Amino acid sequence: MSVVGLADSRTILTPDASPGSPGLRPGSVTATPVIDVRTYSFWYGPTQALFDLTFTIPRRAVTALIGPSGCGKSTFLRSINRLNELIPRTRHTGDILLEGVSVFSRGTDPVALRREVGMVFQQPNPFPKTIFDNVAYGPRLNGLAAEREMPERVERALRRAALWDEVKDRLRAAGTSLSGGQQQRLCIARALANEPEVLLMDEPCSALDPAATQRIEELMVELKQNYSIVIVTHNMQQASRVSDFTGFFYLGRLIEFGDTKQIFTRPSDERTEAYITGRFG
Amino acid sequence: MNARRVRRRVVNGMMTGLVGVLSFLAVLALVLILGNLVVKGGSSLDWNFFVKNPVPAGESGGGVANAIVGTGIIVGLACLIGLPVGIGAGLYLAEFGSGRLGWIVRFVADVLNGTPSIVVGIFAWTWLVKPMGHFSALAGSVALAILMVPMLARTTEEMVRLVPHSLREAALALGYPRWRTSLRIVARTALAGIVTSSLVGVARIAGGLVLLLAVAARSAIRQGPPHGAAR
Repeated sequence: MSVVGLADSRTILTPDASPGSPGLRPGSVTATPVIDVRTYSFWYGPTQALFDLTFTIPRRAVTALIGPSGCGKSTFLRSINRLNELIPRTRHTGDILLEGVSVFSRGTDPVALRREVGMVFQQPNPFPKTIFDNVAYGPRLNGLAAEREMPERVERALRRAALWDEVKDRLRAAGTSLSGGQQQRLCIARALANEPEVLLMDEPCSALDPAATQRIEELMVELKQNYSIVIVTHNMQQASRVSDFTGFFYLGRLIEFGDTKQIFTRPSDERTEAYITGRFG
Repeated sequence: MNARRVRRRVVNGMMTGLVGVLSFLAVLALVLILGNLVVKGGSSLDWNFFVKNPVPAGESGGGVANAIVGTGIIVGLACLIGLPVGIGAGLYLAEFGSGRLGWIVRFVADVLNGTPSIVVGIFAWTWLVKPMGHFSALAGSVALAILMVPMLARTTEEMVRLVPHSLREAALALGYPRWRTSLRIVARTALAGIVTSSLVGVARIAGGLVLLLAVAARSAIRQGPPHGAAR
């Protein structure tokens, strides 16, 4: 089936597929990018939103995408797990490769793809169910774990999302009963329970207070041991704090991509410099 | 300053009183009708009233068992036909109904919603009663189901539309196929609303039994064992 193409390529790159092992998968060399974007353009109806994006996203690192509102950061993020496809009258050219396999190829099932690519949204959006069921939702659907292994899997995901200690005594409480910051970590745990390779975060802290934001940022730094993280953020300080690489988007184009330190200290494009110094955007 | 505060308090008191009186008036009619019913009719309510069939006019005793059973059968059958169709159509309209087909379905549902029930009754009479050669509970149920479907479809659609888009995306991003997202997340979240609109739909058809005079008339009027009505 369609899933096979994706799964095969993973096996080659990461022979140790058990995601529990911390960080050290023999085949996963940091040098091979996890995502490879090739002249990717995207249209909403007649409006072109992305222009000829070409860059690679490094493995096991935090990559921040910054830029003013409407510059296409989120559109790009949602292209990686093909969530944009659900919007009518959209189209694209070019390609995005995940682990060397095109996410758009006929052999790639979007459903299988989204198992590999977890996503966390701007607003915390737990399902109106218990904390346990929220986390178990993905594994249940994807048949990743038998029901008797589920408690263990849920605990692992909640621990990784740094939420376990706060909720271990009330796993049967509604997910919506948690505070905003906890809900967002619950959503991260929900995404991690699928044991994805890539975690996409679309302004995950914009609805949170500074304390909750700090928790999530610390969490991102921890998580990059095991996952490749792409975060869209409007908060420049956040980008410089948590990310290893930064891409600056402007009017649908990738103006500059590189090492976060370099982008924030010696940007090579004057538009990047203007944006990060707060002269516009 | 003080005068203004007194004035404010007086106006507040008057308005609160006024609203209270108006609400009392609104429920007064209902209370009077129900009270009258209970006071005058309560004494005639006994077990026999529910389990016995009517007796010919002029005799005392008897009950409305056949009417209760008949209503149950006809409405139950109508729900069996109407609920799945109506809720399914509503789900379709909300989730996939942005195209031309959705527009047509919505338009037809709205027209059907405004159709007098007697027209639906005549329709059922023409297509079910006449070909079958006799009045039947089934024909009545079909007619009621036809009344129920458009209303259910539209209210279900409204309820499903209230489900936040972010929940849908969350499920899709976890790898849920679209149809399972619709059924498991969206429909489940909207369930309370769908149940409410179903109940309103049932109440509406149970009250709109007039049209049954056209399609199930004889079996409704005929006396005798209730199962006769279902034949």
